[in-house]
Amino acid sequence: MRWLRLIVVLLLLVPASHAVAVQPDEILKDPAQEARARVLSKQLRCMVCQNQSIDDSDAPLARDLRILVRERLQAGDSNSQVLDFLVQRYGEFVLLQPRLHWRTALLWLAPLILLIGGGLILFLIARRRGGTSATDMAAPQGGVLTADEERRLAGLIKPEDR
Amino acid sequence: MTPEIGHYALVLAFAIGIIQGCVPLYGAQRNDPVLMAAAVPTAVAQFVFIGISFTALTVAYVGSDFSVVNVFENSHSLKPLIYKISGVWGNHEGSMLLWVLILALFGALVAVFGGNLPLSLKANVLAVQSWIAVAFILFILVTSNPFLRLVPAPAEGRDLNPLLQDPGLAIHPPLLYVGYVGLSISFSFAIAALIEGRIDAAWARWVRPWTLLAWIFLTLGISMGSYWAYYTLGWGGWWFWDPVENASFMPWLIATALLHSAVVMEKRNALKIWTILLAIVAFSLSLIGTFLVRSGVLTSVHAFATDPTRGVFILALLVLFIGGALALFAWRAPLLKQGGLFAPVSREGALVLNNLLLVTACMTVFVGTLYPLALEAITGEKISVGAPFFNATFGPLFLLLLLAVPFGPLLAWKRGDLPGVAQRLMAAAAVALVTMVGTFAILGAGPVLAPLAIGIAMFVILGAITDFAERTAVAKVPLGTSFRRAVGLPRSAWGTMFAHLGLGITLLGIVGETQFGAEQIAEMKPGQTISISGYDFQFDGLTTQQGPNYRDQVARFTVREGGDVVGILEPSKRTFPSRSTTRTEAALMGRGFSQLYLSLGDLSPAGTLAVRVYHKPLVLLIWLGTIVMVIGGTLSLTDRRLRVGAPKPARGKPAMQPAE
Repeated sequence: MRWLRLIVVLLLLVPASHAVAVQPDEILKDPAQEARARVLSKQLRCMVCQNQSIDDSDAPLARDLRILVRERLQAGDSNSQVLDFLVQRYGEFVLLQPRLHWRTALLWLAPLILLIGGGLILFLIARRRGGTSATDMAAPQGGVLTADEERRLAGLIKPEDR
Repeated sequence: MTPEIGHYALVLAFAIGIIQGCVPLYGAQRNDPVLMAAAVPTAVAQFVFIGISFTALTVAYVGSDFSVVNVFENSHSLKPLIYKISGVWGNHEGSMLLWVLILALFGALVAVFGGNLPLSLKANVLAVQSWIAVAFILFILVTSNPFLRLVPAPAEGRDLNPLLQDPGLAIHPPLLYVGYVGLSISFSFAIAALIEGRIDAAWARWVRPWTLLAWIFLTLGISMGSYWAYYTLGWGGWWFWDPVENASFMPWLIATALLHSAVVMEKRNALKIWTILLAIVAFSLSLIGTFLVRSGVLTSVHAFATDPTRGVFILALLVLFIGGALALFAWRAPLLKQGGLFAPVSREGALVLNNLLLVTACMTVFVGTLYPLALEAITGEKISVGAPFFNATFGPLFLLLLLAVPFGPLLAWKRGDLPGVAQRLMAAAAVALVTMVGTFAILGAGPVLAPLAIGIAMFVILGAITDFAERTAVAKVPLGTSFRRAVGLPRSAWGTMFAHLGLGITLLGIVGETQFGAEQIAEMKPGQTISISGYDFQFDGLTTQQGPNYRDQVARFTVREGGDVVGILEPSKRTFPSRSTTRTEAALMGRGFSQLYLSLGDLSPAGTLAVRVYHKPLVLLIWLGTIVMVIGGTLSLTDRRLRVGAPKPARGKPAMQPAE
């Protein structure tokens, strides 16, 4: 009776809109190629979706792109050739990890700039503070303050007076 | 009648809010205790009236009053009661009402439990809190009124988006909002301090429990949301670097930084200006998050609002509050006196490093989230910034931070002894290193990051344990003494240990799931079996079940491990006729900390069912770790010195151990 139940179920299942992303019929025979396809799919955006890779999305376009990626791999393309092909066709928008370019330089360098810049500021503050605490403990090395130190000293004293 | 009461109560709350925003502030300027005291009853009244308003909307939802547009658009009479209630905040208007409700709740809590605050500080805090409330109530009344009527009333509602009909939605947004909006209190404290032009260690002590409370709920909310996405979205992902997730994650990162810098301020009277700035930035990011989500500028998985008038309104509020706060900061911050000095290698130094890395990590997420928008606005060019970018940039930064975590609590205040600390961490480091090398040997020439991350996770976990062992002097003194020391440790020290431990546990789960998971996709006919990671899944057949407002197609799988049946998995496809949508219900089975995850694809005309099976090693540790972090936060919250409303200790006997 199982087949009967299955038919009933099939009849009930009219709009099958939701499906898991990679469909069994898309999978390549060669496991190594399939693995590469999966890696690539995770880096490619499903352009009609909201922040989903084609590996996650069940939109028809994502399926088309997944099949396209696999076709290119079977045709012997390298990973970067596949990406180049897709960028040529769909623009940079298709890449979830933007390439380094002058327009994306700020994006990629932001973490480094922030880390190094922040570290530098902290280093300067620490050195300045270190200098002040050293004067607390030991005799100052020089006898005369530089103009910069004078200005800094004035800045330090002012808030106290207000 | 009820919706009108709700609407009217909201207008009253708005009016009370204006009084609360002006009178105490004026009183604080004039140093008039009567005017300042007005803050307390108005804050409570504001909360009560917004509460009435929220209750009125809830009543409309529970009674399926479809003459209210909002209820008609987001509810259905056949929906289970829990989703009728959660439907209140499952839409734009209702969620904004929840937003102001929580805002007013925090105001009322400060009013009621803030007995130990100086009168002027309390007045200023509540006034600032009220400005935020007034602005957002106005936003609701003008652009997003949930009480609008519909004539004639339809017989049936349009139902809630099926994806949102889930216990996860009932809990996730309120938790997240308590965290998100709770940061408003830290913000109000910061602005109040700037208005007064005075800030000291006591300020940090008062503001810390509130930040901690918000942080706890934010952690829970993000964690819940992640688990919800994991089991509902059907492909087993738990974090997508979606702009909406980032919107909640950025305030979390800054709130974490704020908690740490407030410690320095409280203990050493240093980093004052920085702490104020963090408090402003944390809530500003909450506001930006609200803007991103509510204005619809981002179209993302979570987006459920698109209306430019709202966007412009929130943008104006954003400019007003963030711009105003930063301007006030620039004007007043130089007046604040700088505090204690410390050597770079010290507890303070470690906490500064923590702040540097957390802020950099947050800014990385910020830039990554907004860069595509900015680029498109300026050059018209469209690019995508997705998960691979964030993993490549945020990942290393956070690993660096985690590497430093075990050192922090072991360093002494003012001037630390790094070689000494390194020596004490030797055992933890050695075990971590062995784990790393072992993983590398087993994996062979796999990804280098996996063993490294496992090593770091072990280091963080063992580091937290080392900290505990050091404080209780286990194995150095008799066990009884150690036990007494453990009992006598300040709760905040326990809090640190648990929070750091949880961080390590979460990382371990992340590495396990991402690096060692297995996946199998197949077409199956009843009776067929597929295997993955030593488990066999036999497809027994399909059945159909009728739910209250949906129809379920349930597939039954028998799971075997080494021939023995270990359980039954019943994933399904759920069809909601009212919206003619279908949703995949994955089936999950826990195996220790690992999970088996099964979700369904399409039925082919040939009668085969597409099936996706995953083995997710250690995946539960991701959320377990966050729970441990929350336990840490809660322990820290119960610390005597920080307890909300606790009077200053009268005994004057200082704690034996330095506390976090």
